[in-house]
Amino acid sequence: MTMAAPTPAERKRMRVLVTPEGVPLNLELATVGQRFGALALDLLIIVGTVVAVTIALAIVFAQTRGGSAEIIGIVWLLGMFLLRNAYFLGFEMSARAATPGKRVMGLRVAARNGGRLTFEAIFTRNALRELELFLPLSLMIAGPIMALQSDMGGWIYLLATIWCLIFVLLPFFNADKLRAGDMVAGTWVLRAPRQKLMRDMADAGAPHQADHSFTPAQLDAYGVKELHVLEEVLRTGDRTTVRAVADRIARKIVYDRRDATDIEFLRAYYHAVRGRMEQGLLMGRRRKDKFDRSV
Amino acid sequence: MSELQLKSQRFRTERERDWRQLEALVTKAEKRSASALSNAEILAMPVLYRSTLSALSVARETSLDQGLIGYLENLSARAYFFVYGARSTPLEQLNAFFSRDWPRGVQSIWRETLVALFVTALGAVVAYVLVGADSDWFFTFVDPGLAQGRDPTATQAALRATLYDGADADGLSFFATYLFTHNAEVALLAFALGFAFGVPTIVVLLSNGAMLGAMVHVFVSKGLGYEFGGWLLIHGVTELFAIVLAGAAGLRIGWAVAFPGRQSRLEAMSGAGKAAGAVMMGVVIMLMLAGVLEGFGRQLITSDTVRYAIAGGSAILWGLYFYAPRPDRVMARIGR
Repeated sequence: MTMAAPTPAERKRMRVLVTPEGVPLNLELATVGQRFGALALDLLIIVGTVVAVTIALAIVFAQTRGGSAEIIGIVWLLGMFLLRNAYFLGFEMSARAATPGKRVMGLRVAARNGGRLTFEAIFTRNALRELELFLPLSLMIAGPIMALQSDMGGWIYLLATIWCLIFVLLPFFNADKLRAGDMVAGTWVLRAPRQKLMRDMADAGAPHQADHSFTPAQLDAYGVKELHVLEEVLRTGDRTTVRAVADRIARKIVYDRRDATDIEFLRAYYHAVRGRMEQGLLMGRRRKDKFDRSV
Repeated sequence: MSELQLKSQRFRTERERDWRQLEALVTKAEKRSASALSNAEILAMPVLYRSTLSALSVARETSLDQGLIGYLENLSARAYFFVYGARSTPLEQLNAFFSRDWPRGVQSIWRETLVALFVTALGAVVAYVLVGADSDWFFTFVDPGLAQGRDPTATQAALRATLYDGADADGLSFFATYLFTHNAEVALLAFALGFAFGVPTIVVLLSNGAMLGAMVHVFVSKGLGYEFGGWLLIHGVTELFAIVLAGAAGLRIGWAVAFPGRQSRLEAMSGAGKAAGAVMMGVVIMLMLAGVLEGFGRQLITSDTVRYAIAGGSAILWGLYFYAPRPDRVMARIGR
């Protein structure tokens, strides 16, 4: 869903969802890196909250001179439990279907079958976090200590680490980047960036149309792919690129620009080419790129 | 000038207002929640979504403006998740969970429940026999921190005291909270471990059963079997049942991973996950109740008869709730 034509890696992550209306929508899967970034952010938020709450409770404890010890203990225990479990649940149940970390990374959770995301699915995908996240984390912390205490421990620690890594690294080994929780819950994580409606680059070309006239041969020099590149160039408006592109096009189509500036020429050319190609589209002719001789 | 405007430009100018309106609605719903929308807005959403979607398919065929197609694609996907992901109210969801999803989930894993129960019982019996043969085995099965002096070396009087020491009620609610969070983590872990073909789940169930069997032997050998039963079962019926169910849900997942049958492995897993997920949410609720019973009930109620009555009552209640035939199931069967 990015502006430029998708790279091969991006195309590999594209999945098509056919809506009930019969229109295929292109969805992009999140990369493992993006998901790891989101998780790291979420963990930072959780740990930050733990520290803040603990300090706040310690202050209350000191203020009441230990009188509210039991209440503080309960609040702390329940708070930890909720942070560990309800944090992910609550945020993924919201309309955005994403934790704050996922929101920052522009990700969302969705049901793999295109249906609605049920509470059971969200619960299941987060219950499996015990296996994929919290067990390896506690192993990482407690493992070396246990390994030092007994002589057999080293081997067991190694085996346990390998065993855990199988689950941790699961997203690397399947095409849909599913972790164990996604597999069991029937969900996946998609890129869902917000995209603004940008200016139509043909708007700027219309005023210059009168100063230029192109022959059909000049307009047929390129295909859709080149037109999209030209759209990008105009949108970015980088002076040196515009000049280089304008020179190349003028040379290729053998066109005398007279006193028109580079950008004016390109805008007019873009407008004229798009008009001609779109007319072709109505007739069912779509020229993929400049090498496409089928039409 | 107007004849200079391309068809695709005119197409865009004519419909842009609708798209912007849909974008504003979706953004508003995403930022806050669905309930932030007024009734009129909720009614407008599907209409705007469909017109945007049809604009997308027209634009794909007739427009070469990449920015426009990308925008429409993005907006349609965002609106799709909203229109088709529309959820019922939280109250309706709760109702559906308690009246349908939870008991149905439990019913659907009855085979795994029997296996989990059998494995737990096996662990208990083996530990009981082994501790009977040599009391040193006790320390293999039971974590000394958990036993808190309830081991074979304790005197009968000391053991009896541990069963009825609930006189001072201080710290009980903390204790209950601790038990709940601890047990819930264990149950969630037993469930998650099911993903590894169910083997670690069996190990967790075996060791849980073994701990139980070893404890039972300690008390029975000192002639305190009846009293220990009351002490254990007042919350144990709910807690052990919950742990068995968690194990069963894990086994269900493990079975689907190992033997998906005719379905693809992914389909089998997500199918099993649907039932098991509902069961696991229920397990957390059961453990919350068990924590309250253990933290308060057991410490405040010291009469054996009342303890057994609560245990029996909870067994009947859970049994009826999960396994009693339901009218809507009958209707569903006729419908099939």
